[in-house]
Amino acid sequence: MELDPDDVFRDDEEDADNEFYREKEATKTLLVYLVDASPKMFSTSCPSGDQKDETHFQIAVSCISQSLKTQIINRSYDEVAICFFNTREKRNLQELNGVFIFNVAEREYLDRPTARLIKEFDCIEERFMKEIGSQNGIISGTRENSLYNALWVAQALLRKGSAKTADKRILLFTNEDDPFGNIKGATKIDMTRTTLQRAKDAQDLGISIELLPLSQPDEEFNVSLFFADLIGLEGDDLAQFLPLVGEKLVDMKDQLRKRMFTKRIVRKIAFSIANGLSIELNTYALIRPTIPGAITWLDSVSNCPLKAERSFICSDTGALVQEPLKRYQPYKNENIKISVEELSEIKRISTGQLRLLGFKPLSCLKDYHNLRPSTFIFPSDEEVFGSTCIFIALHRSMLRLERFAVAFYGSSSHPQLVALIAQFIFLNSVHDALAEPRWKDAMIEEMTHYQFPENSQKEIISHGGQVEPPGMHMIYLPYSEDIRHVEELYSDSNGAAPKATDDQIEKATALMKRIDLKDFSVCQFSNPALQRHYAVLQALALEEPDIPETIDETLPDEEGMAKPGVVSAVEEFKLSVYGDNYDEEKELVGNGKASEASKKRKAIADNAVKESANYDWDDLADNGKLKDLTVVELKYYLTAHSLPVAGKKEALISRILTHMGK
Amino acid sequence: MARNKETLLLLLDVGPSMHSVLPEVEKVCSLLAEKKLIYSKYDEVGVILFGTEDTKNELTKEVGGYQNVVVLRDTKVVDGDLVEALQQLPRGTRDGDFLDAIIVGMDILIKKFGETDKKKKRICLITNALCPIKDSFEGTKEDQVITIAEQLAKHGMGMESIVVRGRLAGDANKRIMEENDVLLNIFSQKTCAKLVYVESPTSLFGALRTRNISPVTIFRGDLELSSKMKIKVWVYKKTSEEKFPTLKKYSDKAPPTDKFATHEVKVDYEYRSVEDTSKVVPPEGRIKGYRYGPQVVPIAPSEWDAVKFKPEKSVKLLGFTDAKNILRHYYMKDVNVFIADPGNTRAILAVSALARAMKEKNKVAIVRCVWRNGQGSVVVGVLTPNVSDKDNTPDSFYFNVLPFAEDVREFQFPSFNNFPASWQPNEQQQEAADNLVKMLDLAPSGKEEALQPNFTPNPVLERFYRYLELKSKHPDAAVPPLDETLKKMTEPDPEVLSQNKSVIDAFRRNFELKENPKLKKSTRRFLQEKPSGLKEGEGCGDIAAQPVDSIKDTSVVKVENIGNLTPVQDFENMMSCRDGPEWIGKAIKDMKKRIFDLVEDSFEGDNYPKALECLVALRKGCILEQEPKHFNDFLHHLCKFCQKNNLNCFCEFLASKELTLISKTEAIDSEVTDDEARNFLVKSEPKTV
Repeated sequence: MELDPDDVFRDDEEDADNEFYREKEATKTLLVYLVDASPKMFSTSCPSGDQKDETHFQIAVSCISQSLKTQIINRSYDEVAICFFNTREKRNLQELNGVFIFNVAEREYLDRPTARLIKEFDCIEERFMKEIGSQNGIISGTRENSLYNALWVAQALLRKGSAKTADKRILLFTNEDDPFGNIKGATKIDMTRTTLQRAKDAQDLGISIELLPLSQPDEEFNVSLFFADLIGLEGDDLAQFLPLVGEKLVDMKDQLRKRMFTKRIVRKIAFSIANGLSIELNTYALIRPTIPGAITWLDSVSNCPLKAERSFICSDTGALVQEPLKRYQPYKNENIKISVEELSEIKRISTGQLRLLGFKPLSCLKDYHNLRPSTFIFPSDEEVFGSTCIFIALHRSMLRLERFAVAFYGSSSHPQLVALIAQFIFLNSVHDALAEPRWKDAMIEEMTHYQFPENSQKEIISHGGQVEPPGMHMIYLPYSEDIRHVEELYSDSNGAAPKATDDQIEKATALMKRIDLKDFSVCQFSNPALQRHYAVLQALALEEPDIPETIDETLPDEEGMAKPGVVSAVEEFKLSVYGDNYDEEKELVGNGKASEASKKRKAIADNAVKESANYDWDDLADNGKLKDLTVVELKYYLTAHSLPVAGKKEALISRILTHMGK
Repeated sequence: MARNKETLLLLLDVGPSMHSVLPEVEKVCSLLAEKKLIYSKYDEVGVILFGTEDTKNELTKEVGGYQNVVVLRDTKVVDGDLVEALQQLPRGTRDGDFLDAIIVGMDILIKKFGETDKKKKRICLITNALCPIKDSFEGTKEDQVITIAEQLAKHGMGMESIVVRGRLAGDANKRIMEENDVLLNIFSQKTCAKLVYVESPTSLFGALRTRNISPVTIFRGDLELSSKMKIKVWVYKKTSEEKFPTLKKYSDKAPPTDKFATHEVKVDYEYRSVEDTSKVVPPEGRIKGYRYGPQVVPIAPSEWDAVKFKPEKSVKLLGFTDAKNILRHYYMKDVNVFIADPGNTRAILAVSALARAMKEKNKVAIVRCVWRNGQGSVVVGVLTPNVSDKDNTPDSFYFNVLPFAEDVREFQFPSFNNFPASWQPNEQQQEAADNLVKMLDLAPSGKEEALQPNFTPNPVLERFYRYLELKSKHPDAAVPPLDETLKKMTEPDPEVLSQNKSVIDAFRRNFELKENPKLKKSTRRFLQEKPSGLKEGEGCGDIAAQPVDSIKDTSVVKVENIGNLTPVQDFENMMSCRDGPEWIGKAIKDMKKRIFDLVEDSFEGDNYPKALECLVALRKGCILEQEPKHFNDFLHHLCKFCQKNNLNCFCEFLASKELTLISKTEAIDSEVTDDEARNFLVKSEPKTV
């Protein structure tokens, strides 16, 4: 990826735009889903999560449907085509047999996903047999070759856009590991050869072909029969190719989800170690909060998009001015003027480099030493040979000695001290009992059979679970100004603060054992607010009558909490720390320390309830006499009903009326 | 604002043993005053010095004693004089008695406020506590300190003591030091006093809280372990970034005679229809549209409210898990702290029991939080125990936000073992790395941990406030260099480097870096550029002075492109590249392009000086290489381009700087006479006017 050296000096704010820009232009993905629709895809089924059998075709379709929904949210500039092969009907540019491109109105074959595409694709199964039909396209005796046709169609679709700005991919779903198995002799050799040649041609054009094989319950997908050659697997890679995917729907979806994002370098930085020795690093944003997309203002009548225009007006003269280059700060009854250049000069206290200052034991990194999401760093030998070797050596030493590095990261907007923590490959399974969380001896950094070559064509599939890549994480450290000492605020001046006794700690330990989340993984929860947001949006965009319910996965497991063992552990702990007769309210009063403010608030509320009872609100409201009352009187009602008391008199009155349902 | 008004007394030890650190004390105290002038300009500050030759305080007049304590500044509202006074503290000559100073300070506060006034009062003591305090008349020193501490507590005075020790203390009498430490410790136990020891100038700089932010809870309510068991907690921010101040935009449109001009700039937003740009749409005519793929879905706020996610205010426990399941880099945001309701003893016990059990078993708690009613989202986070090692501070939890599934991007990286053997460190190299990691130690045992976040101030903010103060006196002052003390954070400590020279040299010897020869790209990034605020040849001096096989060296020669930053140098480097004639052609070509870009991208001529520099360099280069035609043609072309694109001002600018074509006298191949050369730009001007 090309990167301007000036990038290093760019502000983070600007960088955000920049990232967005690249997302849209440089790394747009053009993707063709190639789905086998042969009868075998329909006849083979495997158990899904809820005990119902699903055919391989259903699995593939539901995977695609789900990834389309993800894609329209996250990467809506990417373009997709959905293409079935081994079909009865045909629909494609070249009029080839046995290949059918699924599409909806107002959309090209390869285009951005739309709400309508998602909606109609969701009900493809019902219509499939009637409109598209399933039929084996490779029959002995004919020279028809549907796989060849399918690849050709996909390649033709992907002709759009230059290979430089777009990442072109074909994702192939099939459960047939030997497509030419029923063909004999020279024909078979010939067909195999031409198909492989077709795939190779596509790959030469910069198109990557990835295989998502579906295994039979009793028979594993044998990738070496044919597809290894097609997708270019060799030697070790071949042996490690795990065709386990597809046995379970979740695995398949997981696979697809992982592949949706292509790796993107945020920036390249130089890491200066000592004495002018500096190595090359790439930084990646592995964890960033996902937020609902930006809103666009529309004209409420025509629903046409509006453009915001910003203008600067001089308060003294009312004149329209250009964005001024001077800023000011009131200081000592004066306005001190500072130019924009001077401001950026102030912030520039170091070059954009990452500069090593030293190492500390991991125990020095406290839990409160955090401000922002971390950034992942990985070495690169692209410009400077030897960078990776130094990085690996430091990485291993830091792991073994349990130390982290302290460095100064001199970005122009946020020059900051950072901690660099070495991370070894770490597998954390979410739902696969086979892959329990396994921790390795820090010395052996990774399990050999989980390997991820960079070349996506040779990507190796691991099943289930989330993977922590090897490298270092850059943690942004706070400055002394950023840390608050709240705990000390409540230090008791008369000596000791209460501390738990051993018995209480023991009860707490017992409770902890009861409510233990084994295999907890940070990404096991979806963000319920985001889920809801997009569910609503999707329903409205697709003009669905009902908004689907979304599940809030973050709620505690009530069922588990109600287990007798848990309940009794809670009870015992409660008894141990609270004693027999614990009354929270009384405790407060008893201590005489209830906060002044809360006492006062309570008094006001009590008074309001009393005062409020003196008025016949219904009568006042019906006769429009509310406006004759004073604001203070109106507030009695509001306070008594715990409504907000802010706003002008009219607002108060309308709030009262709304509350009374009038 | 007035509600949070604070009265602060600075008690500064200026005795001889403190002289070495007084510059730091001056800096940090004036920074404190500068910040107060902006953020809390009604606060009152008084300054008391001890260890001075003179004596000037009320107590000495009233009761005698209290020698060598000077009230430098009476307690009054902060102003510019205070900043100046703090910038040049007088050096004292006597050993200071910090207890005397505390009593004088306390006396001032009591006289000013009486016993009843509940205003915030704070005493801040900076000393090295190396000098003995005088024996008291009655009772032991301890008794005396306890009495004072009780008085402080009774009058609601906070106290903060910063004790300068370690390397900064020099030789000291151990016995006195220990005695003083015991006494100071009594303060921190008996009152809400903070006591910190600092060993380096940087940490002294960071130890004083320069801005007081009253903490506000973000949540008060129940931590629900289950529906049956709840603990009353208060949640505060533990870390929160102190942002660079947002400056207001300045308008110079008001006439200079207008004394009441605000010079403010208002920003106004207008929304116009994309199709009909003449139409301005009023706020009520607008509706929010949300993107869904290529589609934009309009949703009215009321509609949205009806269907959006509305969780209830609560903090619920989801369960406990092994600490190792939560990797450190998952922490997403600034940190909160969960404190048991301070008035509720049993809640304090419950938090304490859980925190201690968690710490013992190495567990953490996962919680789901909705801080406020009406908040549109939930956060899932992790509670980690913060077991207090001080008797009078209750135990608490730190809270960090964890990512949701949507927030994690699973990029795939190759395993290090998969890299070619040449990229794998050999045994020797590994050993060199081990030594480096071990020896370049910032937390050596027995010494203060260097660069602790708690004691490391933000250098940018310090620089800003210093500049502001400077500008208030000299409006045209240039941005001052980064403070010498704070430079320690941006660069490795020379002391640590020199102590570990052999380790570093060994590391360097073991690894070799080479620039990728195939890459036709500038590697200027790997050049060591001088950050602003560093004087030339200083700072990284000894590091930069001994490059062995550094990339820096090779890349100076190997500039293969003319960049934005230092086009002139790049050009000269390329021109001097004698390993191929094609370099000169390329250099000239690139330079022309760069000049064009500069002129074209110029905003109100801001790039012109740089473009001129480039032109001058190009001209010089062309004369040296006897390629006058290149330059002359280009200048013609450039002027034409400017005339066409309304950039005449650039031509005028060039004319005013007397840039001319290359004449025959300068380069024999030129077809331009001296007169023509001189008149070229002058001539083109009238044509266009």
